Amino acid sequence: MSDSPSSGPPASGPSAGAARWRRMVEGVGGAVIGWVDRCGETVRFVGDMTDLLGHTLRWLFRSVFVPGVRLRRSALAYQMVRVGVRSIGIVVLVQIFIGIILALQLAPTLRDYGQLERVADVVAIAVVRELGPLISAIVLSGFAGASIAAEIGAMKEAEEIKALKAHALNPYHFLVMPRLLATVMMLTGLTVIADVVGVFGGFLTSWLVLEVPPATYVDLTQSALGLKDLFTGLFKAGVFGMLIALIACCEGLRVSGGAEGVGRATTATVVKSIVALIGVDALFTAVFYVFEI
Amino acid sequence: MDSDVIISVRNVVKTFRSPGGDEVRVLDGVTFDILRGETIVIMGGSGCGKSTLLNCLIGEYTIDGGQIIYSTERMPEPRDIGELPEAELNEVRKRFGILFQSGALFNSMSVAENIALPIREHSDVPARLIDTIVTLKLEQVKMLEHRDKMPAQLSGGQKKRVGLARATALDPEILFYDEPSAGLDPVTSATIDELMIDLSKKLLVTSVVVTHEMDSAFRIADRMVMLERGRVLKLGARSEFEALRDAPAESLTGREEKLMNQFLNGFSVGPLTDVHGMSEYEKLIIAG
Repeated sequence: MSDSPSSGPPASGPSAGAARWRRMVEGVGGAVIGWVDRCGETVRFVGDMTDLLGHTLRWLFRSVFVPGVRLRRSALAYQMVRVGVRSIGIVVLVQIFIGIILALQLAPTLRDYGQLERVADVVAIAVVRELGPLISAIVLSGFAGASIAAEIGAMKEAEEIKALKAHALNPYHFLVMPRLLATVMMLTGLTVIADVVGVFGGFLTSWLVLEVPPATYVDLTQSALGLKDLFTGLFKAGVFGMLIALIACCEGLRVSGGAEGVGRATTATVVKSIVALIGVDALFTAVFYVFEI
Repeated sequence: MDSDVIISVRNVVKTFRSPGGDEVRVLDGVTFDILRGETIVIMGGSGCGKSTLLNCLIGEYTIDGGQIIYSTERMPEPRDIGELPEAELNEVRKRFGILFQSGALFNSMSVAENIALPIREHSDVPARLIDTIVTLKLEQVKMLEHRDKMPAQLSGGQKKRVGLARATALDPEILFYDEPSAGLDPVTSATIDELMIDLSKKLLVTSVVVTHEMDSAFRIADRMVMLERGRVLKLGARSEFEALRDAPAESLTGREEKLMNQFLNGFSVGPLTDVHGMSEYEKLIIAG
């Protein structure tokens, strides 16, 4: 006789206990399989990204050193404008707010210690080493990353990528390389702007609201910051730019399922970029801390 | 390999893994030759493997068995594209052009830029000369007045004309057409057919057309290949297929003849649909 709940009499006693156990084991098994699947998908995605990076770097090398292989300067310039120049406004706005928030949040504690003017040091270090590159990268992942994923995904769905290959044009060279280079260069540039604007936001707040003398603020900022701080921030920005472009291009190239697939790719790009950016930033911070960089 | 043969398809096998993990053999030992200068139409019902075969022919899909041997004029000897590294495969690709089902124009570029792209990327032709070539190609497809428009401003038929102009940009030896009449009204479809015949004559190209539009197929074909379940059901001259189409169904004896008669005439009753429960045709669509 079957002990299946659907075919047998209502479960009671030992059989009900067995059914409960079976459901629990099935539930745990399903969760484990789902988790393994997700891990597998993550590994595959990282593998695809690594492959994409390898191909793109190979094309970059060939474009620079092999005669006849074009660097595609006009495509690069177009992408730099699209990714970077159009993001300046929003990065400036966000970073000014970050400077203001930092100054106002730190003020009460520092005032308690009688060190209100030290708000300059903290804002400078936090913005230049951390929040300048990170917040700019997060803004760019939503602004440019999603747009790159949608564009490449739509191209794939419209058979444009297949057409590129059929015309003996390599999509890594033609599509990925300009976007990767543009995102790396423009995020590094945007971070310089973000650093200046963020510190300026803190300066304005300290001067106008907290009544810290402007000269004191500038002196403390100058003494707090070294070139090391600027370069670690800019290095991180470059890596963040590479991550955003790789995730966006990878998601775009994996699109399937029409408009819905394109939508999924743009959402996935933003989510994966933010997780990757914060994860990599934590890794960098730990390494810089250990090596006292 | 016969010198008249430009592409030899030898026992080609292509399998895909379904989402359930099963292996689906979409092409199952396809063998036929494409002759230099002819227009050959590959046809068959949905899911029969014709689009997969086209993707294998252009090197988009890697085949799991068999050979696809190209023998273009610029190749010193016939080569199996499955064995070619990417760079050499690209050299073969420069010898053919493709008109995709949707036109597949690059939406970020104007009509003229779409046609100029392959020339600019694969030759050292000066910009002024590229402009002249683009004008010539657009005149060939009667789209000169649209040269500065963006693809989004064109109708489906116009996109296909521009796609055709782009496909011929590098003066190819072979032109592939993926469902050239799909989504077009009968008049536009006939116009595209005329254009294909015209280009085929003027440019002396070999044309490989994948379609299931029978009117169009009979208008343009020199020879036809019918696929069923990933195999060649029949390969022959257009006249042979016309005879099969025009024969009364009751005069045909073999299952294959009846099946082709049904397909070529678009009948709803016949061996393709004559099974209990789900029809084989429906099964093909679902499997495809």
